[in-house]
Amino acid sequence: MKVIGISTVRVDGLELVKGRAVFADDMHLDKMLYLKIHRSPHAHAMVKKIDTSRAKALPGVVAVYTHEDFPERYFTTAGQGYPEPSPRDTRILEQHVRHVGDRVVLVAAESLDIAEKAVKLIEVEYEILPAIFDPEEAIDNKIVLHSVEDASGIATPKRNIAGHVEESVGEVDKAFEEAEHVFEGTYSTPYVQQCSIEPHIMLSWLDERDRLVIRTATQVPHHVRRIVAEVHDIPVRKVRVIKPRVGGAFGGKQEILGEELIAAVTLKTGRPARLEYTREEELYAARSRHPQKNTYRIAVDKDGIFQAIDMRILENSGAYGAHALTVMSVSAQKALSIYRAPNIRVIADAVYTNLFVAGAYRGYGSPQGFFGLEILVDEIADKLGIDPIELRRKNHLQLGDDVPIAKVLGEGREGFPITVDSISLSECLDIGMREIGWDELRKSGKEGVVKRGVGVAITAQGCGIAGVDMGAVFLKMNEDGSFNLLMGATDLGTGSDTAMAQIAAEALEVPVEKIIVYSSDTDLTPFDTGAYASSTTYISGGAVLKAALSAKEQILSQAKKLLDTDNVEIRDGAAVAADGRSMTYGEICTKSLYTEHQTQIMGIASHMSYLSPLPFNATFADVSVDTETGLVTVNHIVSVTDVGQVLNPPMAEGQVEGAVPQSLGMAISEHMVADKNGAPVNTDFNDYHIYSAVDMPKMTTRFAPSHEPSGPYGAKAVGEIPINVPAPAVINAIYNACGVRVRSAPISPEEILRGLNVLGS
Amino acid sequence: MVEFLLNGEPLKVDVEPGTTLLEFLRERGLFSVKHGCDHGECGACSVLMDDLAVNSCLLLVNSLDGRRIETLEGLEGDKTLAKLQQEFLDTGAVQCGYCTPGMLIALTALLRQNSNPSEEQIRDALAGVLCRCTGYVKPVEAALKVSVRGGNR
Repeated sequence: MKVIGISTVRVDGLELVKGRAVFADDMHLDKMLYLKIHRSPHAHAMVKKIDTSRAKALPGVVAVYTHEDFPERYFTTAGQGYPEPSPRDTRILEQHVRHVGDRVVLVAAESLDIAEKAVKLIEVEYEILPAIFDPEEAIDNKIVLHSVEDASGIATPKRNIAGHVEESVGEVDKAFEEAEHVFEGTYSTPYVQQCSIEPHIMLSWLDERDRLVIRTATQVPHHVRRIVAEVHDIPVRKVRVIKPRVGGAFGGKQEILGEELIAAVTLKTGRPARLEYTREEELYAARSRHPQKNTYRIAVDKDGIFQAIDMRILENSGAYGAHALTVMSVSAQKALSIYRAPNIRVIADAVYTNLFVAGAYRGYGSPQGFFGLEILVDEIADKLGIDPIELRRKNHLQLGDDVPIAKVLGEGREGFPITVDSISLSECLDIGMREIGWDELRKSGKEGVVKRGVGVAITAQGCGIAGVDMGAVFLKMNEDGSFNLLMGATDLGTGSDTAMAQIAAEALEVPVEKIIVYSSDTDLTPFDTGAYASSTTYISGGAVLKAALSAKEQILSQAKKLLDTDNVEIRDGAAVAADGRSMTYGEICTKSLYTEHQTQIMGIASHMSYLSPLPFNATFADVSVDTETGLVTVNHIVSVTDVGQVLNPPMAEGQVEGAVPQSLGMAISEHMVADKNGAPVNTDFNDYHIYSAVDMPKMTTRFAPSHEPSGPYGAKAVGEIPINVPAPAVINAIYNACGVRVRSAPISPEEILRGLNVLGS
Repeated sequence: MVEFLLNGEPLKVDVEPGTTLLEFLRERGLFSVKHGCDHGECGACSVLMDDLAVNSCLLLVNSLDGRRIETLEGLEGDKTLAKLQQEFLDTGAVQCGYCTPGMLIALTALLRQNSNPSEEQIRDALAGVLCRCTGYVKPVEAALKVSVRGGNR
């Protein structure tokens, strides 16, 4: 291969290092209105009266809207396939507010300053209602957050259950009765936030034909178009959504969090509108990772082989049900896929509380699902006296295995069967052991005040949502032998535009520079479900490959006509006849466009898959624990991943290197905290601490290649999997260092010290 | 009325009290300067002030009398920056690119003071620029490559 597997400079690199105007907000629009939202200060309340008169009287205020200005229509902010598996439980502006930060009044003004002042002049009279803050008290609470007539798609609204999943394979109860050993543990993960450095930012205007144009930092342009059209009851043809460069998303922008508001202002006033979240709003009024408290039971036979895994999930969805059902479905689907236990069961509930609204966040349930599982497996290894790597080797999937959970549990519905056609997990463990210095560090460093230890955890993810995700591509040839690659695939900073260009270039036998990429504009590019679920490389990439091969067929066919012989082949971006004559791509296309056998050479393709092959990863952590202060320091992380064929080594490494500190944040420094009234406590980067350049431990990133037959050039997904298990690897390393078993994140020094005192007493 | 140098051009401006340098620069179309937090915590809005990297969201335009302000747009001919930009591209240090201008400004400031910084000095210089994509691995690697070759020559 000439392009695949080779380092290529990003196709969007130049404009980014030059700081050119490529992000959503990097433009000025005449007569633009600036929007601000008056948000509920109460966790649960009914709006009794809104006095907007003082705000409206402020010079420069153009519009003030409340729930009374919109029909009572419920939608989901979750940008997912249609019909959405998330409940339709959200209004554009609320009367019944369900969390601190819920949207009550929208102000549009001539400047941001005026809009900010106007928001403060709005007087809202609330009837404060009792609230639910503990997810364990949500089910069957007398407080009901979403009454039945409000919405649709909620599992059991009267019981505050947003979503429910119950699936099993085999004879689970029997397996536990007959098991030699049964191990059980309960583990919890916190609210953490995506923290893209670019906040949610969106602009809208009417074009010259009075169509609504939305330029937004989104992962899901086609879902934005559909949902905005639905909310405002206008035809899809009246809406165009443009995705410029996006400044990071990590799931946070798989959500319609204001596009419907700017649309309202532009449609009602005819003027351009702009809404940007402040960092504070990002940290309490955008979306976050669903906290889960999960109990696992594992039945193990006398040889250490897992016979059954039983998983109970209690997921806190917060005030609304965005991604509630599907996130915990993924928690179970992925966590219950990696070990070969023949009997598996999951019972899961997502509940409403009056806390932060959760949503999509990189890993999408897998980090929560693997967190407890991989700590419990470590506990089992300890109790059985088996090396934790060996225990995993005895039980993890092998080539040719079926993945039974995949069939019974899809995302919000039944899934599709999967067989493992590519796996190098065993090599991931080999490489990781060596790179971290497992044998040495497992035993040494246990004396003294600062103790050192190593831990491991393994994980699997998927490649797109089987039977749901679809991507489409339009590739057309130009007379200099270049190609426009127009696709719905949504590069949100990951580099997918470059990966897609590489796939097209490899297939067409041209350098990457000959591929001109334009992605995600609902007027100019074909459909794609969007950039989530680790789908882009596998699903959108599959479409790129098909379109490129189709164009190549056409090039060959045109060349045969132009050279007047059937004996032609494509070689290195030219058509070569058996008699030695040849034509360049440029010559073929020029003649095809202008003079002979006239046609536009173009490939058009769609791709979806009933398979969602599993990428695998083994993450190793080397930590030090100060037994006097309880402080944990991560010294070194080794992350080894099986992503099939690596398309672009530095870009793939970059995905791992960026994912690891997000998980370390969850383990050590990140936690969205609410006070006893549900109000946010830490709403800036001083108090909500994401990793900086000086916090990063030593990082070793490796790949253990395999070849996925169903992926483009053998590739699998890399975007999500490396975030799944650094946190449990750190926790397992802490146990190895000092014997304290942590079962919840984030890890606090107090907890470590408490653990040490228990050991000491 | 305040007078300062912006990207080599002398400016005499009269702005509303309270106008931050970040707002002012973006209003003038200098979009390399990004908005990320408004509190001087993320560094996306970094610019050079008298050769030092500063957060433009914390600076009031009216406080800039006599200062020299530079953004990426004004550094087109700067050799140190050009080396950093090329190394960022070649190393794969750019992902979403939103914090990239801030990182480049921070590193340009560092290399103006010290043409051969250590990894620790590079990390310290980048500590004020938050990045959620790269884990800082490749940006540090890119900066080290420039450092080894002598950044400002």
